[in-house]
Amino acid sequence: MKQTLVVIGNGMVGQNFLAGWVASPAVSAYNIITFCEEPRPAYDRVHLSEFFAGKTAEDLSLVEAGFFENHGITLHLGDRAATIDREAKTVISAKGVTVHYDKLVLATGSYPFVPPVPGHERKNCLVYRTIEDLEAMTAAALTSKIGVVVGGGLLGLEAAKALKDLGLETHVVEFAPRLMAVQIDEGGGAVLRRKIEALGVTVHTNKNTTQIVDGDNCVNKMCFADGEELETDVVLFSAGIRPRDDIARSCGLEIGQRGGIVINNQCQTSDPDIYAIGECALWNGMIFGLVAPGYAMARTVIAGLAGGEASFTGADMSTKLKLMGVDVASIGDAHARTQGALVYHYQNGASEVYKRLVVCPDNKRLLGAVLVGDANEYGTLLQYCQNGIELPENPDSLILPRLSGEPAGLGPDALPATAQICSCYEVSKATVCSAIEAGCTTLNALKAATKAGTGCGGCVPLLKSVLNCELAKHGYEVNTDLCEHFAYTRQDLYNLVRIGEIKSFAELLGKHGKGHGCEICKPAVASILASHWNDYILKQEHLGLQDTNDTFLANMQKDGTYSVVPRIAGGEISPDMLIALGRVGKKYQLYTKITGGQRIDLFGARLEQLPAIWKELIDAGFETGHAYGKSLRTVKSCVGSTWCRYGVDDSVGLAIELENRYKGLRSPHKIKFAVSGCTRECAEAQGKDVGVIATENGWSLYVCGNGGMKPRHADLFATGLDKATLIQYIDRFLMFYVRTADRLQRTSVWMENMEGGLDYLKSVVITDKLGLCGELEQQMARVIDTYQCEWKTTIENEDKLKRFRHFINSDQPDDNVVFVEERGQIRPANEDERKHFKILEVA
Amino acid sequence: MVWFDVCGAADLQPDSGICALVQDQQIAVFYFANSQKVYAISNFDPFGQANVLSRGLIGDISGQAVVASPLYKQHFNLETGQCLEDAAVQIPAYTAQIVNGRVQISW
Ligand SMILES: Cc1cc2nc3c(=O)[nH]c(=O)nc-3n(C[C@H](O)[C@H](O)[C@H](O)COP(=O)(O)OP(=O)(O)OC[C@H]3O[C@@H](n4cnc5c(N)ncnc54)[C@H](O)[C@@H]3O)c2cc1C
Ligand code: SF4
Repeated sequence: MKQTLVVIGNGMVGQNFLAGWVASPAVSAYNIITFCEEPRPAYDRVHLSEFFAGKTAEDLSLVEAGFFENHGITLHLGDRAATIDREAKTVISAKGVTVHYDKLVLATGSYPFVPPVPGHERKNCLVYRTIEDLEAMTAAALTSKIGVVVGGGLLGLEAAKALKDLGLETHVVEFAPRLMAVQIDEGGGAVLRRKIEALGVTVHTNKNTTQIVDGDNCVNKMCFADGEELETDVVLFSAGIRPRDDIARSCGLEIGQRGGIVINNQCQTSDPDIYAIGECALWNGMIFGLVAPGYAMARTVIAGLAGGEASFTGADMSTKLKLMGVDVASIGDAHARTQGALVYHYQNGASEVYKRLVVCPDNKRLLGAVLVGDANEYGTLLQYCQNGIELPENPDSLILPRLSGEPAGLGPDALPATAQICSCYEVSKATVCSAIEAGCTTLNALKAATKAGTGCGGCVPLLKSVLNCELAKHGYEVNTDLCEHFAYTRQDLYNLVRIGEIKSFAELLGKHGKGHGCEICKPAVASILASHWNDYILKQEHLGLQDTNDTFLANMQKDGTYSVVPRIAGGEISPDMLIALGRVGKKYQLYTKITGGQRIDLFGARLEQLPAIWKELIDAGFETGHAYGKSLRTVKSCVGSTWCRYGVDDSVGLAIELENRYKGLRSPHKIKFAVSGCTRECAEAQGKDVGVIATENGWSLYVCGNGGMKPRHADLFATGLDKATLIQYIDRFLMFYVRTADRLQRTSVWMENMEGGLDYLKSVVITDKLGLCGELEQQMARVIDTYQCEWKTTIENEDKLKRFRHFINSDQPDDNVVFVEERGQIRPANEDERKHFKILEVA
Repeated sequence: MVWFDVCGAADLQPDSGICALVQDQQIAVFYFANSQKVYAISNFDPFGQANVLSRGLIGDISGQAVVASPLYKQHFNLETGQCLEDAAVQIPAYTAQIVNGRVQISW
């Protein structure tokens, strides 16, 4: 008869165990039952914070659809295992289910430790571990202004970022004298602190919270042992984790002195039929608060149950993370606790980088490292450390900045076949190489085949370089073709167009491509052609190249209608223009909304209405806003020195001038600008591709920032500029971007992928390292000279207007477009409403 | 085979699409200028639930003539209506021809 295996806890490790188990040879020997206390099966806790960036619970799920059903696993969802009866070999759940087990696996994880200070249960005192916790945070943030994280460790800083992103004034309160005391040393902690504070988070170290009481202006007030106080609405505890060993404790299993279910090398508890894995398990006096060791324990148990010989013998606790945009990494013996260890430091005050190497007394092997501010060497150093690779003669060369073009660190070739590339899934270089041999020639294929890189993702850069290196060895070219029609990169095509003076897609395809093209190459080539010749984009030969938005000079919305976006340069608009816009919106019953780019969008225009709408707008003095194009969108501005009492210079005037200068410039992706009148930065210029801020000494120029899904703070490019120089730099910067970026690559990614990064970009634009600046400026001048308002050209052209109707052979509108009213304006009807509407119409 | 008249050949947009109303159906008609071929499929995008396919970009993928939906970019084979990204989705496709300067389709 089949035996029964019960797994308590369906968290990251519990699920990893199940997924490994169903793939193991012993799968048919047991019936599997699992208890999952949370309301949903396992999800990716490691990437929990991405919930705030818009990921849903489904996105974070670790369980493939149908997993439990397909493998015949009985899942008790939302039911906590309450007691274990080791005599009877049963588990009884909170809902009253009793199941028998032959083998039992405890994967109950841990819970956030909340220090028992008086007041810790007050309103808005929260923790950070489950999706429900995050929902509670979001709800609390709605009515809060200030948030405090108690605990400056890895998780605490991640939580601080979340509070900051939720719009709260954020503080971190740490008991120890520095941040991340477990992983990094004092020097690293100091640099980290400065970096975090520069991002607007206030850090308080050496702070012992004694109680939390009613606040005077906020919901709560924290009182510290040193007599200081801190008013806050939200208190988020992130003071460490404690193993969930209650159920094991009450059935008499051996528990460590400070908690944790004691396990041996086979992950067995003191009862040989009961195993414990993940964060609830105590091995050799240690709890491992990371997923990779938990996964290793899961593998050990699977192998053991299948009759094999496997041992868990500890795990590497090296970590690399991006905390609030700051790279932090810790490897091995970061604190130099090994007898006689030698230490190397590198600190660059200006760019706030801190690196420390811990090397064994003979200077030959790496024991540990700390990296703050720049963790590019993490992969290489980890390999040195884990594989005991002999260090170069001067180990510090590994962390010193590379001034000339010396090769970076250890190439993938230098790694032994046994080197572990992915520690989450224990994938060795040998496994990766054989997958490549077997035909996995893309990163995605390689991830799917080996699972490498699909855990915490930290090894992806290394995985990629192993892939590229192996491909090169096998004589493959790494495929950077734009698509199947052009065996060139966007930059190659750009140069072919420039040198060959090619003026149309057909000509380029005929000379350098094959087939008919597709939705990837057509718009890309249209953009390249536009940045060279700046033709009218609806010219017959360019027409079929444009995305629908460009073809109809408007942005298609989900129901097939379009939005209309006139340019409002710098966000400045006169009352008369505002009235004109309002009149058009009212006449055509459009939904109107003010956008983040300081202009007004009109939604719900049917294709056939666009020309009439635009005729009226143009007559009123508006022109196209190019919202439909991969081109300059807006130049946002604050009110500046004209009105603002802090203003240093006329930000509105400059914004209008810049917007008018670059409007219509076609580029690899959209481009956004902003200009602020002083360093208070009300226009948020540091979140834009090009940001300009007025200072007493002239304009400061920032580049390569963006908002959106992956926000990036812009980099300071040059300071103290007069207007002429500023514009000259922007001309060069933009044209260099247009020339060399990949399709759909924002300036941020373009620069990050550029060898030499910001410094290289500066050398091209400021010191003209490539001798290209004259050409770039000329090209920009040509684009500016040939600007036309595409809508104006279109409404003057009878022939072009023919396309602006839904049916070629009928004047009827599209009957699938249905609006309903909400808050006094139209919106697209949802599916239900639409069905209802249709029935009404028929009746 | 019954042929329905759609529009004049001159109404076609080279390397692009138009939409016609035929027997109360919305038909997307595409014209490849080089090969002078016309294709006709339903105009309704089953993913976006909107009548927009005639406004998608056309081209070829591994030798099949396709349109990419302007909403979420799925590809549809212009001869069969088969969605390239989802084997379970196929939309109506029609036989199309140009006769005496008129575009006709049949189903
Ligand atoms: C915000 C955040 C960021 C993190 N970032 C990283 C990172 O970058 N790298 C890294 O390696 N690790 C990271 N971690 C840690 C990582 O998430 C944990 O190591 C991992 O989740 C441990 O897995 P586990 O299965 O042991 O515990 P869990 O994932 O907590 O799963 C345990 C599950 O068991 C359930 N359970 C408990 N008792 C019972 C019972 N009696 N009956 C039924 N169910 C029960 C719990 O409700 C829970 O669902 C992070 C954690 C958090 C919270
Ligand atoms: S950035 Fe300065 S000048 Fe502009 S509005 Fe803010 S405070 Fe005033």
